[in-house]
Amino acid sequence: MAVYEHTYRPYAGPLTPAWSRFLIIPRHAFGEIFQSKLFTGLFAVSFVCPLIMAIIIYLHHNSNALALLSIRSADVIAINNSFFRAFVLIQSSLAFVMAVIVGPALVSRDLTNNALPLYLSRPFSRAEYIGGKMAVLIILLSAITWIPGLLLFAFQGYLEGGGWAGENFWIARAVLVSSLVWVIVLALLATALSAWIKWRVAASAALFAVFIIPGVVGSIVTELFRTPWGNLINLTVLIQTVGDALFRQSLLDLDPWMVMPAGGAWAALLVWGAGCLLLLARKVRAYEVIS
Amino acid sequence: MTDAGGEAVIELDDLRVEFGRRRILKDLRGAFHGRAIGLLGPNGAGKTTLIHTLLGFHGAAAGTARIFGRDIRSEARAIRTLVGYMPERDSFIANQTCVHFVRLMGELSGLPPAASLERAHEALFYVGLGEARYRRLGTYSLGMKQLAKLAQAIVHGPRLLFLDEPTNGLDPPARQRMLELIREIRDGGQAQIVLSSHLLRDVEECCDEILILKDGRIAHYCNLEEERKANRKFLELETRGDRESFAEAAGRLGCEYALAGEQRLKLVLQDGVEVGDLYRLAAERAVQIRRLNYKRDSLEDIFLKAMEDGDGSL
Repeated sequence: MAVYEHTYRPYAGPLTPAWSRFLIIPRHAFGEIFQSKLFTGLFAVSFVCPLIMAIIIYLHHNSNALALLSIRSADVIAINNSFFRAFVLIQSSLAFVMAVIVGPALVSRDLTNNALPLYLSRPFSRAEYIGGKMAVLIILLSAITWIPGLLLFAFQGYLEGGGWAGENFWIARAVLVSSLVWVIVLALLATALSAWIKWRVAASAALFAVFIIPGVVGSIVTELFRTPWGNLINLTVLIQTVGDALFRQSLLDLDPWMVMPAGGAWAALLVWGAGCLLLLARKVRAYEVIS
Repeated sequence: MTDAGGEAVIELDDLRVEFGRRRILKDLRGAFHGRAIGLLGPNGAGKTTLIHTLLGFHGAAAGTARIFGRDIRSEARAIRTLVGYMPERDSFIANQTCVHFVRLMGELSGLPPAASLERAHEALFYVGLGEARYRRLGTYSLGMKQLAKLAQAIVHGPRLLFLDEPTNGLDPPARQRMLELIREIRDGGQAQIVLSSHLLRDVEECCDEILILKDGRIAHYCNLEEERKANRKFLELETRGDRESFAEAAGRLGCEYALAGEQRLKLVLQDGVEVGDLYRLAAERAVQIRRLNYKRDSLEDIFLKAMEDGDGSL
């Protein structure tokens, strides 16, 4: 119908499937996020490391190119679990920067502008709203972490041949799981903080504080009581512990008594996640009721 | 309150809503059928809470409600597909152009992106924001923001529209425009309307039925037109002198009377009693009749009566 036919008429066309509607939020959010040249630049920079690593993998398998560049094959970095862990660590740092930029405005802007009643008066639940907001970060951060990580793994497997990919499948799993843990933790924290702190700068600062303050307190408890369990509140250590178990290597040279079991780290991360969801459930409502 | 002809728009089945220990809606019961139902009541009567409960924002502590036969407890999602909501307060998504905002709202209601964009344009032209649809919402005046809120409420073509104080803060021309749109939607017959307002005139102009809430209870529900027809014509007199004795004398002629204000008097004339008889009575008692008007109960009278009598019963 043309726009000049000014009349009220009901909609009789097809509807989108209910399960897919949470993806409307990231689709619209990306349009807005990528209007910022600064962010677009950062996003592009995030692919420099995967590109360099792809070149390293290529060189590793191309003796002609190495000869051309006068590099001895012994000097080329080995493609193993350490290589992929380094990739995950670099990309995780970039993911954190992105979460700091994008995360704080996710929910706070809707709360400031009283937009939640508009979302929730439609066939769109609170869970879908939270899922949609988290999906903004999860999709964005996945694009720079585990997706290029797995592509690198596939590239290496293709060039190496001879069943390398099958033998080292656990590395791919480690890249995927450790990246996803980091992405989900960041998405949960950023969304929860955004729901509680309306001021963007303060929400960004809080995201740093969540890593630093409990980390310091956890380290003090650990040293004071000579127990690894003080680090249950130290997110950095928890994620490193999970990463250590997945990549079958220890990142830090710790005394044996300081090493937390991976199961403990997983459990603590689950508690952190549940805490974030609880915070979101309390805040994401059409209207706050004061009893 | 019941209309044998059609499906009830809203049915309340002992609906109770509590915030903590406070009981906000007290066992509301009734079935409402109007094309446009005006929700009236003083501040804190529970109008907005009732709308929010019907939208599923607040849970019912007891009882339930149905919209077009669908239960708010078990079919909230289906209900939200059928309704549009224009909130009272400013509600936007920041940094967006109006057309983008309305399109997003359409998509969230389940419209595919292309259809949603098309209808967003249509809705904005319909409410009169066609020329301003590419402007950011932050630059809109209050009147334009109200129209944008109406556009987002109708973009998906709902069967029932909840309008919460739609004329709040509007200047007279903008208010007229808003009321015109509401009447147009009502008369189009494609959507029914629940209009919550503290402005009686707005409700009078747009609604055919009114539901008056008082202290969380239904104080009155009526079809406005039928109520007006049922109301007998009465005379409103402004007098000087011994008003009481004049009123009593009129009462002896069989007229019902009520004293209003300091000088006024309302009289319902009985058959056989003429206005001339009143002038005679007034002359006998040296009472001056300064003004005499035929009147019917206005919505204001109905509202005030409900506020005085309303005990929650229907």
